[in-house]
Amino acid sequence: MSKQLIEIKNLSANINGKEILKGINLTVNEGEVHAIMGPNGSGKSTLGYVLAGREGYEVTGGEILYRGKDLVEMAPEERAREGLFLAFQYPVEIPGVNNTYFLRAAYNEQRKHRGEEEMDAVDFLAVVREKMKLLELPDAMMKRSVNEGFSGGEKKRNEIFQMAVLDPKLSILDETDSGLDIDALKIVATGVNRLKSPTNASIVITHYQRLLNYIVPDYVHVLFDGRIIKSGGKELALQLEEKGYDWITGKETVAAR
Amino acid sequence: MTSADQTTNGETAACVTAFESFSKTSGSPDWLKDLRTNGISHFTELGFPKQNQEEWVFTSTKLIQELDFIPALASAGASPDLAPFLFKDLTGPRLVFVDGHLSHGLSELPTLPDGVLITNLASAIETHGDLVKAHLAHYAKTDGSGFSALNTAFIQDGAFVFLPKGRTVDQPIHLIFVATDGDANTINLRNLIVAEENSEAKIIESFCSAGEQAVFTNVVTEIAVAASARVEHCKFQEQNRESFHVATIQAQLERNCHFTSHSISTGSRIARNDINLTMTGEHVECVMNGLYLVGDQQHVDHHTMADHAMPNCDSHEYYHGILGDESRGVFNGKIFVREDAQKTDAKQSSRAILMSDKATLNAKPQLEIYADDVKCTHGATVGQLNNEAIFYCRSRGIDEADARRLLTHAFAGEVIERISIPAVREHLEKIIWDRLEELIED
Repeated sequence: MSKQLIEIKNLSANINGKEILKGINLTVNEGEVHAIMGPNGSGKSTLGYVLAGREGYEVTGGEILYRGKDLVEMAPEERAREGLFLAFQYPVEIPGVNNTYFLRAAYNEQRKHRGEEEMDAVDFLAVVREKMKLLELPDAMMKRSVNEGFSGGEKKRNEIFQMAVLDPKLSILDETDSGLDIDALKIVATGVNRLKSPTNASIVITHYQRLLNYIVPDYVHVLFDGRIIKSGGKELALQLEEKGYDWITGKETVAAR
Repeated sequence: MTSADQTTNGETAACVTAFESFSKTSGSPDWLKDLRTNGISHFTELGFPKQNQEEWVFTSTKLIQELDFIPALASAGASPDLAPFLFKDLTGPRLVFVDGHLSHGLSELPTLPDGVLITNLASAIETHGDLVKAHLAHYAKTDGSGFSALNTAFIQDGAFVFLPKGRTVDQPIHLIFVATDGDANTINLRNLIVAEENSEAKIIESFCSAGEQAVFTNVVTEIAVAASARVEHCKFQEQNRESFHVATIQAQLERNCHFTSHSISTGSRIARNDINLTMTGEHVECVMNGLYLVGDQQHVDHHTMADHAMPNCDSHEYYHGILGDESRGVFNGKIFVREDAQKTDAKQSSRAILMSDKATLNAKPQLEIYADDVKCTHGATVGQLNNEAIFYCRSRGIDEADARRLLTHAFAGEVIERISIPAVREHLEKIIWDRLEELIED
């Protein structure tokens, strides 16, 4: 039996007093890839932000156990140091902060947290070089400021690159496929697949089935109106592609749309 | 604030009395005496600037007036420890002024290219009187404000840099102005930099305190940059936080020249910088780059002017401010584009981060454009650090205080990076990092 990584129990959450998540139940074990699909506004990105601990996202009910600890009580940086990683849908630009410098700062925070010595710039460069190949990143990108002036595709690749370097236990990929052309999508998916191991896990949040041609999930969940309304294997994604979300949500959407 | 702003003879009296004894004792050429007399008469008329004057609306000079005016008219012979003020790896020419007077012992002058003069104004008046006379007070207006009038009245010493045609000084010239604790509380400095055609130099002015007392420094730096010359001027002010610092930089820029002004201000209780660039020839390229980083009850004011009097000139301005505690900042950026100045390209950007609820900034871009075929842009932002960026850092394991440090440092770094001298960048990086530590609470 593989170990349980995260257990989300009856989770509800608000943004600015508005209830977005209305009772989510989800368990992810080591070695698993879970896809969360759903139409726009169903609460997919909110779930990602709640897991990462973004301010303004208030947990109003239920609980989240991450590696046996209460995740809600942890600051965002503690979650990261404990191996939780959110690949942003819209990665933030940080002018004036060198991409390599930033990543080394993050990397060393995790090392410190684990009681390991900080890594110097030279050794770190070796780590970086290896992972850059994985994502076919040009050298120049590492010399630029974090995400500044990057194209949409470069930003997404940079997210997965950070993920590769930080080597998280649980990755949450929020709409990583949006804004990617097919070549970039393949590079990103290959990167994610190579990082997969029996001891880590991913939650892949996506609107379209497209990404799931390349990152094959073990489980697919459909999120609608703040709840998981259907779960299944990878074939569920194909059914959704074929029949659309109305197939599951049909009777409600007539009124809602 | 208003009651003290009425001019009375009382406020100027101390200065006038000091001037009378100063003018009796100094044996100077007549032209200089006339210049000083002109200065004091303008000062008597203007008095200290008041907040009902447009250029001084946000900056009160009350505290400066309250300091009894005791000018340092002669060297007291102090020899402060320079170590904290020296830039590591900077080994070029160095002039050190202690309380407004050249210290030969602390200065260092390597062999210079033929005809280059790096000396103090007092000696240059004796040895190169005609050269000094041809430039001194030809650029900065004596009646620009009460402070510039007062500065002219007390012209005595300061730095004099002369670069003859075609000469380059390779190593940066470091001018250090140190204030010490003593009987005097006012330092008057007049600097003159003359760069003839095709000459080139980098000049650093450092203003610092070796003591704790409140000292008022009043400095005017005139810079004449002739055709095709290249001058980079870096002013760094880190005087103690009791001090008052009033400075004018007046540069005249002739055709095809390149001029860069950096102003980095971290010190003083009140610091006021007027930086005026006048483009008197075509195809001038100039940059005004500035950073102010203050806390406590510090007040820092930059008034800048890019005066496009001729066509085809570029002026680019970048000012960043970081304000903590109860500090106050003022940025007033003027761009004049005169009728003949077609094809002007003038850019101005002023950005500030307020690190506390009680910090304030008054920013005012002021564009006056009289030509019709020009590119002029300006932007001013004031705000807090970007919360999204802070969360992004935290989501990668960097805690909030470190994220703030990282982002603020990067914001300051954008300005520092424009300085071309590595030793200066390195020194400033360290000072700014330390200063940020004070402003950011864990």
